[in-house]
Amino acid sequence: MSQSIGVPKEVFPGEKRVATVPDVVQKLIKLGFSVAVQSGAGAAASIDDDAYRAAGASIVPDAASLWSGADIIFKVRAPSRDEVNLLREGGTLVSFIWPAQNPQLLQALAAKQATVLAMDSVPRISRAQKLDALSSMANIGGYRAVIEAAHEFGRFFTGQITAAGKVPPAKVFVIGAGVAGLAAIGAANGLGAIVRANDTRAEVGDQIKSLGAEFVPVEYVEEGSGGGGYAKVMSEGFQKAQRELFAKQAKEVDIIITTALIPGKPAPKLITAEMVQSMKPGSVIVDMASEQGGNCELTEPGKVVVKHGVIIIGYTDLPSRLPTQASNLYSTNLFRLSEELCKAKDGVFNVNMDDEVIRGTTVVKEGTVTWPPPVPKLSAAPAGAASAKPDIKPAASAKKGHGAGGEPMSAGAITVIFAIAAVLFALIGVFAPPAFLGHFTVFVLACFIGYMVVWNVTPSLHTPLMSVTNAISSIIIIGALVQIAPPVIDAVTPAEMRPDVIIRWLAVVGIALTAVNMFGGFAVTRRMLSMFRK
Amino acid sequence: MSGSLTSVAYIAATILFILSLGGLSNPETSRRGNLYGMIGMSIAVLATILGPRVSAQGISWIAGALVVGGALGLYLARSVQMTQMPELVAFMHSLVGLVAVVVGYASFIDPSAALDMSAAEQGIHHVEVYLGVLIGAVTLSGSVIAFGKLSGRIGGKPLLLPARHWLNLALLLGVIALGYVFLSASSIESGMQPLIAMTVLALVFGVHMVMAIGGADMPVVVSMLNSYSGWAAAATGFMLSNDLLIVTGALVGSSGAILSYIMCKAMNRNFFSVIAGGFGGGAGAPAKGGGVAEPAGEVVAVSSQETADLLKEAASVVIVPGYGMAVAQAQHTVYEITKYLREKGKNVRFAIHPVAGRMPGHMNVLLAEAKVPYDIVFEMDEINDDFPQTAVAMVIGANDIVNPSAQDDPSSPIAGMPVLEVWKAQTTIVMKRSMASGYAGVDNPLFYKENNRMLFGDAKKMLDEVLAALKS
Repeated sequence: MSQSIGVPKEVFPGEKRVATVPDVVQKLIKLGFSVAVQSGAGAAASIDDDAYRAAGASIVPDAASLWSGADIIFKVRAPSRDEVNLLREGGTLVSFIWPAQNPQLLQALAAKQATVLAMDSVPRISRAQKLDALSSMANIGGYRAVIEAAHEFGRFFTGQITAAGKVPPAKVFVIGAGVAGLAAIGAANGLGAIVRANDTRAEVGDQIKSLGAEFVPVEYVEEGSGGGGYAKVMSEGFQKAQRELFAKQAKEVDIIITTALIPGKPAPKLITAEMVQSMKPGSVIVDMASEQGGNCELTEPGKVVVKHGVIIIGYTDLPSRLPTQASNLYSTNLFRLSEELCKAKDGVFNVNMDDEVIRGTTVVKEGTVTWPPPVPKLSAAPAGAASAKPDIKPAASAKKGHGAGGEPMSAGAITVIFAIAAVLFALIGVFAPPAFLGHFTVFVLACFIGYMVVWNVTPSLHTPLMSVTNAISSIIIIGALVQIAPPVIDAVTPAEMRPDVIIRWLAVVGIALTAVNMFGGFAVTRRMLSMFRK
Repeated sequence: MSGSLTSVAYIAATILFILSLGGLSNPETSRRGNLYGMIGMSIAVLATILGPRVSAQGISWIAGALVVGGALGLYLARSVQMTQMPELVAFMHSLVGLVAVVVGYASFIDPSAALDMSAAEQGIHHVEVYLGVLIGAVTLSGSVIAFGKLSGRIGGKPLLLPARHWLNLALLLGVIALGYVFLSASSIESGMQPLIAMTVLALVFGVHMVMAIGGADMPVVVSMLNSYSGWAAAATGFMLSNDLLIVTGALVGSSGAILSYIMCKAMNRNFFSVIAGGFGGGAGAPAKGGGVAEPAGEVVAVSSQETADLLKEAASVVIVPGYGMAVAQAQHTVYEITKYLREKGKNVRFAIHPVAGRMPGHMNVLLAEAKVPYDIVFEMDEINDDFPQTAVAMVIGANDIVNPSAQDDPSSPIAGMPVLEVWKAQTTIVMKRSMASGYAGVDNPLFYKENNRMLFGDAKKMLDEVLAALKS
């Protein structure tokens, strides 16, 4: 018996997202579910009912019949009191819940014997990344924060030299380089601004640089990484150094975007009223932490205010301001979760509490509150940092490669080699006749020339190099040539003593074989080289 | 032409050969380098024919042999498939070895060669003959076996005889003993027997040496035989007191040796352990028993349609070709896909591992044949740092060169071998016929990584489907 999924219209004022988009409806149907969508649910995200119908969903006219008819409800925002009442007894709900902030909501849902999966409680381990809705929403929020700032900011982001004068580029300072902060860095950099960023966790410095921003660390030694890839509360000394840094930056930059959050605590107050005052008039602050009280003292959640000539944006619904994109990503997260819950593809949710990801996400199981979950076994960030380090060594040693001439040999090895060479040369010097030594000199020098010349060959030409050296080794033909018919200079060489015929035939065979090599080798090299092109 | 003029011509030829190798260092100058080689060879051959050591009656013989051999060579060069280049090169090495043997025998039975030599010089001459034939014979039989392995006529698995090191040692001692008999022989007839016996031993040694080397080590073997063919030429040069032969042989010999060294370095293996043979046989088995961490996780297979979708959405793609691409002759389809993606404004690049394929630079030649511009083809060191910024890394028929256990697992037989870090890309797609392991016989944890997708099937067929899906 397959289950039905219901997607209601969001009731929170100003919420424009929808939990499921038509593409995902199709995929859910392939998993075996049936999908019902409330009429107008996607309207704010520019998705009309017909699109859902075309994807195979049924359209339900009102919320009451949708909630009562569905085994599973997919939502974005945590349900309101009314919505909890609509939820079917023993039903399943998947949405944002924020269990730490909403204990009564959990109790109400438990009273309904419901099973609730909270998208904000997905464990932050690498396997669960594809269902991490917090990250996908934070990514959108970071982008939108830059767009909101650009909207309020009275100048270009990018620097230009125009006929009407020079435009300096805007300077953007991003505080907190989590997913949202990194997205903001990328977006601001894309618009052409000069971007700087700060984070208490030293290990994100490389990520900041990789997005084209400058990392401005707080010059104070303290490890800022808490569990689960989040930051933690820092010591007093650190906070002082941090305030000094922010005060300095506030005087220099045009736009500040703050994203600093500590789980389960009010947002840290990082931007004081004095710092706001010190900023240039027309500067913009986007406070992405405003829902948790804000990183700036003067933020008013949900509003845009102007204080001391500085525009402070405190929107709490940044992802919802990009409704189509946000709905797309969120519904993909939901689909990935459904895949995890429905491995048999039979259209039935199997809430397997032995699975680490599902265990963490489930906050109410059949009427029992299961939040908070046991601590996840490993944290993504520190493990990643640790495993990254041993990687570096082999890569670095590989880099030496050839061309650079490899690593210098140890003194001992060189001594041994020189000793052996000295003995060999001494032996040759004692026993060999002078004629041989002349050839030997030539031979040794030629080896060195070959060594010098070939070191610089690019690896892409190794095959042509081999075939050309192979062609050149046909020089052995000379050996056969001089044997074929040497002039009889000396009467001391009686013709009958030299087996002319045998030698001639051997030489002819030799010449013919080398000719194969010589002509073939050069021709095939030519053919190969003519293919190399830019 | 006088003797001095011939010598001067030889010097010119030598310089041209050096310039030729130098020109090969860069794609821009490589064609000129090849031309220098041809001119140098023509000068050397003409100067010899017209010089004092060849009389007029030999010219018709020479011309006939050149025409016959040259025609055959040109035909081979025209008709060879680029994927068969390793075979062709191995085949040609065997010719050089054979000629060295033939010339050595001819020189030995020619009394005029050692006519006015002192006793010591004659002794040296005989040593040179002996060495020339020895190196030539090893090159000959080794190259024939390499040719057989590369063309699939002989299995690629290493043949490991139980007491192979002792066998090699016995062969070596036999060669030395025969050398003593040969040098103390008083006449040509009595010297002939040990010479023939030694030739047989050398042939056996060449066969045995290459038979014991696994398919993945073939790049080392091919370049090593290249080196041998140079030393054979140099030994012949000593035998005939010809400086041009000595110089050219030494040039070829040392260049081949350096190539072998580079290949060994790329596999993080000692040259002698490659020659001693047995990759994946002797080294692989105990490590497997010794508890190699069984890769955890599941293998996610995808269809060609899904592969096309991944490529469509990727801004940057790195393609890692391996021997599987050569076997399937898929390089042209790879280029079609590359062209299509580049037209869509995507950054498509190729990453070449130094030992990808069966001879040094094998992949580069195949890609060049398919008209892939060489400035988007990168060496491992140039591109390895870019994988974290790459959306899709597509591995076509390669295995060991993208195996993360070379870095993570010290007990792995390939531990420490530099590899392409494809797993750092956002998504990797591995095209393979099956889950079978590579030549090293090591399981590849890459296949079980969460960001990895497997596209099973023949590389050419699957890529054709991907191309069709991209264009639809």
